[in-house]
Amino acid sequence: MRKLLGLILFGFLAQVVPAQGAMVPKRSVLSNGLVLLTSEQRALPTVAIELLIDAGARHESAEHTGLAHLTSQLLTDGTAKRSALQISETLDFIGASLDTGCADDLATISLTILKKDLGVGLQLLAEILTGASFPPAEIDRQKQAIIASIKAKEEDPGTLAGDAFAAALLPGSAYGRPVEGTEASVKRLDRQRVQEFFKRYYRPNRTIMSVVGDVSEREISSALTEALKNWSKGEPSKAPTAPVQSDVAKILRVNKDLTQANIILGHGGVPRGHPDYYAIQVMNYILGGGGFSSRAMDAIRNERGLAYSVYSYFGTEKSYGTFQFVMQTKSESAQEAIHLAREEIRRMRDELVTDSELSDAKDYLTGSFPLRFDTNRKVAGFLGQVEYYELGLDYPDRYGELIRKVSRDDIQRVARAHLSPDKLLTVIVGNQQKIAVK
Amino acid sequence: MISPRRLQLLIVPFLLFLFAPAHAAQVQEFILDNGLKVLLLEDHKSPAVTFQVWYRVGGRDEKDGKSGLAHFLEHMLFKGTATTGPEEYSRIIAKNGGRSNAFTTSDMTVYFATMSRDKIHIQLDLEADRMANALLGDTYFEPEKKVIQEERRMRTDDNPGSALYEIAASVAYTIHPYRRPVVGWMEDIQSLTRQDLVDFYKLYYAPNNAVIVMVGDFNSDEMLSKIKAAYGKIPRGPEPPKLTLVEPSQRGEKRVTLKKEAELPILMLFHHAPNLHSPDSFALDLLSIVLAGGKSSRLYQELVYQKRLVRGIDADYSAVSKDATGFAISAQLLPGAQPANVEQQIDRSLDKVKAELVSERELQKAKNQVEAAFIFAQDSIFGQAMKLGYYEMVGGWRLVDSYLDNMRKVTREDLRRVAQKYLQRDNRTVGTLIPTKAKTQ
Repeated sequence: MRKLLGLILFGFLAQVVPAQGAMVPKRSVLSNGLVLLTSEQRALPTVAIELLIDAGARHESAEHTGLAHLTSQLLTDGTAKRSALQISETLDFIGASLDTGCADDLATISLTILKKDLGVGLQLLAEILTGASFPPAEIDRQKQAIIASIKAKEEDPGTLAGDAFAAALLPGSAYGRPVEGTEASVKRLDRQRVQEFFKRYYRPNRTIMSVVGDVSEREISSALTEALKNWSKGEPSKAPTAPVQSDVAKILRVNKDLTQANIILGHGGVPRGHPDYYAIQVMNYILGGGGFSSRAMDAIRNERGLAYSVYSYFGTEKSYGTFQFVMQTKSESAQEAIHLAREEIRRMRDELVTDSELSDAKDYLTGSFPLRFDTNRKVAGFLGQVEYYELGLDYPDRYGELIRKVSRDDIQRVARAHLSPDKLLTVIVGNQQKIAVK
Repeated sequence: MISPRRLQLLIVPFLLFLFAPAHAAQVQEFILDNGLKVLLLEDHKSPAVTFQVWYRVGGRDEKDGKSGLAHFLEHMLFKGTATTGPEEYSRIIAKNGGRSNAFTTSDMTVYFATMSRDKIHIQLDLEADRMANALLGDTYFEPEKKVIQEERRMRTDDNPGSALYEIAASVAYTIHPYRRPVVGWMEDIQSLTRQDLVDFYKLYYAPNNAVIVMVGDFNSDEMLSKIKAAYGKIPRGPEPPKLTLVEPSQRGEKRVTLKKEAELPILMLFHHAPNLHSPDSFALDLLSIVLAGGKSSRLYQELVYQKRLVRGIDADYSAVSKDATGFAISAQLLPGAQPANVEQQIDRSLDKVKAELVSERELQKAKNQVEAAFIFAQDSIFGQAMKLGYYEMVGGWRLVDSYLDNMRKVTREDLRRVAQKYLQRDNRTVGTLIPTKAKTQ
């Protein structure tokens, strides 16, 4: 059951993050091109490490969808020196965790470890980065596990809706395909392709590494220089290019025998570096990002009891972005909820927000900003994002001003520029016989 | 998941790692004249404070036919007081840069916020206000009932794993209230009245049935005087009824199946097991790690890795529970695997831990995982407060202190003994989710 409830708990902790003390981040570049970010935090004898590697699914072809994901899943399944079992035994015995993940743009590796075991952790990390061995039996196992997880995804209506939305919005692009691939594409993947992918993309000059915890920048950079001395430069990163986005309004339905309609309304958005990013954050807080303080929550949940969960967000990637308005409501209410959502989106464009809406949004965004960094793990994640999106290490100092200067007119301007009620893609997962939406 | 607050933790097994006990040595305890208990722990790592109010009431205090009442009341506490408008609480906390939420379990109802140290007094006052003055407003009763029904649909009715747990718990327990879902059965939620809420609120929301837990960057003397000023004037409430139900021993295996739209079967073996008041609880904690803590654990190696029968497997034991609890092993099957075969393989593994001692290294590995989790857990002030609150609700926060010592003393023989004693077929309920397919249209 841990897995089934994990999501809930994660959401819940993610919302109650207290502040981290002074971050004092340092940045350096090792001779092999690895960008190293560190923040020394001595309160506890622990270290959190996170690697962002330019080895995401955007580098794979449509035919081999799932290759980047399979490669990342196999990293802990064998090296030149250790079997999969030896790796997990090593980690479990010291109570450490080493997780790998993969998204469209980036692959990630996260290590959480006690300071006294840091040497063991770095050694293992180095073995993986320089000599992941991809044993054929492990590839078989992972492919079977991934195909099962693709099936299991069918049980998660929110994920199904998200996949359908991405496929319709970003046709013909890696960003529109599921990172795990399809049953057919995963079956096609083989060891040679995995090895080639690994060799080409898992390179230090394509990697950002954040290290946060009970270790100094000097200690860690000399330890890494030694441990990773055989990890050599490869072809440099090229910035991702923006995918072509569909801008045709339509309704997509996925039939499932569920009690609720799981709904996404949305369209394209803006990349992280867009000059309107901060005004959009404030605007979206008022529309549907602000939890119980948002208009969406008021109109759909509080006043009418149509949903438990309703929110909107702008997903901002390096080269593109999306806008999504997400909710679940019982099948019979789908039409009414969708109507209300459209009305709220439209109202954002048509009317100026009130002064108090604006000041509440700014006060929350600036006041809660430090609460985002309560643990070493979260600081490590944050530093990686700052580097990847080129925000600058002084970003925490500048954030308040970026938010505070947004005006009511700015909000209306960005709402008109980036909300398009006539171009909404509507995805509805649920019992289509009971959901009567036209 | 970007979902709003008000979580309902139906079960709490995953707490083992998150809330592995930390040192409670610096915790200061105070009891006000009206019976309100206050636990303060200063932690000056960062300029933030978490402030939580824990009420000793949850799903276990409801009557049959009134399931979901404690959780419904939690929702209605956000609908305002004489001086604070509906949903105003959340807005005030948010515009002061805070993050707030609440949740209900079988054993407790908890309200909390984390804010900067110079703002936390706002939350402190708002919680005092709604401890005594919640309006449970008429206008908001029916819409909120619908919201809760949507919550149930989302979390349980459309979630195969949760739905199986709910039905398995309802079969595993004969008389104990843990057999009822905390969110409530749909029909019960429908029939709850505002008067039910008002009566429940009057009975259970009072200083003598609550505990304040506060962790973070503050000065204890200063904070205590603020708490006294805000809460001291709230009168002591009636003595809430004490529930003394004891679930009779199970004498023979129970089996339950659930058929619903899903892709993969789920198998769950729920064994009755004691809570933290039993000295066996420490060995059961470690046994759950030997069985399924990490990829090198026994069940993972056997069923996920070697036999390739299941996607993943968990062994969850939640000692931090007010009454006797459960040791549950659950797995989602790979396509083509048969529940009967998976059950047989799990039984084979369980028979082995009952017959033979685990290795010294396996026991040490499990202990190392607990010790490491103990240190990682101290990273967050929220996590520390949650741990103190949980222990206080079910048996006293001081139990946090003795946990590691007790855990260290566990032997291989203890593991074998508790496996023999609790992981028996006659003491378990086997739940199976059988997937059905939607009719395509």
